[in-house]
Amino acid sequence: MFSDFNPESTGCKKLFDFQSAVLLTIINFWDLEFVIWDLLERIMKKADYDLVIIGGGPAGLTAGLYAARAKLNVILLEKFAPGGQVLITDWVENYPGFPEGITGADLVMKMAEQAKNFGLSIESDEVLSADISGPVKTINLNSKTITAHTIIIATGASPRKLGIPGEDTFFGKGVSSCATCDGPFFRDRVVAAVGGGDTAVQESIFLTKFAKKVYLIHRRDELRATGILRERALANDKIEFLWDSVLTRVDGLTNVEKITVRNVKTDETRELPADGCFIWIGIRPNSEFLGDTVKRDEFGFVVTDSDMRTSVPGVFAAGDVRSTPLRQIATAVGDAAIAAFSAEHYVATL
Amino acid sequence: MAEGILEIGDENFESEVLKSEKPVVVDFWAPWCGPCRAIAPVVEELAGTYGDEVTFAKCNVDENPSTPRDYEISSIPTLIFFKSGELKHKQIGIVTKSKLEEIIKTELL
Repeated sequence: MFSDFNPESTGCKKLFDFQSAVLLTIINFWDLEFVIWDLLERIMKKADYDLVIIGGGPAGLTAGLYAARAKLNVILLEKFAPGGQVLITDWVENYPGFPEGITGADLVMKMAEQAKNFGLSIESDEVLSADISGPVKTINLNSKTITAHTIIIATGASPRKLGIPGEDTFFGKGVSSCATCDGPFFRDRVVAAVGGGDTAVQESIFLTKFAKKVYLIHRRDELRATGILRERALANDKIEFLWDSVLTRVDGLTNVEKITVRNVKTDETRELPADGCFIWIGIRPNSEFLGDTVKRDEFGFVVTDSDMRTSVPGVFAAGDVRSTPLRQIATAVGDAAIAAFSAEHYVATL
Repeated sequence: MAEGILEIGDENFESEVLKSEKPVVVDFWAPWCGPCRAIAPVVEELAGTYGDEVTFAKCNVDENPSTPRDYEISSIPTLIFFKSGELKHKQIGIVTKSKLEEIIKTELL
């Protein structure tokens, strides 16, 4: 009979099993209830904005224009001032509608004015980090935290650096990536330019308005720039091409005085006197703040589908920050119109 | 000229900036410089906030060649922060408003 007290006895075990089953069911219900409530709360929770656009270049401003006209509750965040890279473009002649061409600053300021006319609010603030995984996205800014149902990433790209000695030391003291900011300081002087793409070639041509000589240093033996720019550059007497060459260092006392160039075929190195050095070797995407939250390509550009949807629901991308074969103002505004349309559709289905 | 921004040039730089009782922020700019046009409204906003304690000025480098030369300016926009006639900080290129506010608070106020 003592055996009845054995906890291992069948009766006790059964009771124990029954209790734990009840307990587990209660816990499961609790769990489920919690999950449902959490889901409901997330769906029902009103975010501060339908859409937050990060970046105020042509892509951001166009997305803002479309979103404002669609009457979305939208805000555009820009770290500096509306404009983006176009601000440093002296002359734009491949954006349709301006047969005489237009300065980059004029064009982008018109875009900002147009978007504001339809009620887009533009705030000068910097995105420090963002939690974009859930249905309500949280964006931590320098001054506050805001929430949104959708985000359009239009943060663009920045000029890439060479990473050579003197590049940082003399930045703003002869080293530059903005001919329209600094070109006129080099009147009747000698400057070097590095690169072979559209930007390098177009801006080198612009520099010849001021400089008496422009060395165009390119690592290959032909330019990558589009035909019309290539022709103009090759016909320009003030541009001397240093083919198959790379810039290896920049030297001077307080300002740039000389540059060192190496021929990649012969390995011959030579020093040249120069007062300025402009670097246009391509761009890197302004996408670091996204970390691993959104799928990016091997160079860091944000991957989207043809509706500008990123790998995260409710998050879209447009313009230079996007993984795309061509980065122009014309493509940026096209991306942005689609991104705004997709964001509007996403908000409507919430 | 924007309200609250003092226009200065080579001839009045000493009297308005170096001999100013209040700290002065000078925005060196030119009409051909795109980023200068972008930073101008930011400087105006700062003038709205800090205008009582700090003078905000702008200097056109095309019309006034000698002052930019004295301060070795070869890139614009450049903002120079002066206190009691002394150069406290030189900021080359476009930066965020919060960065400029930080410089004003640490160097000028």
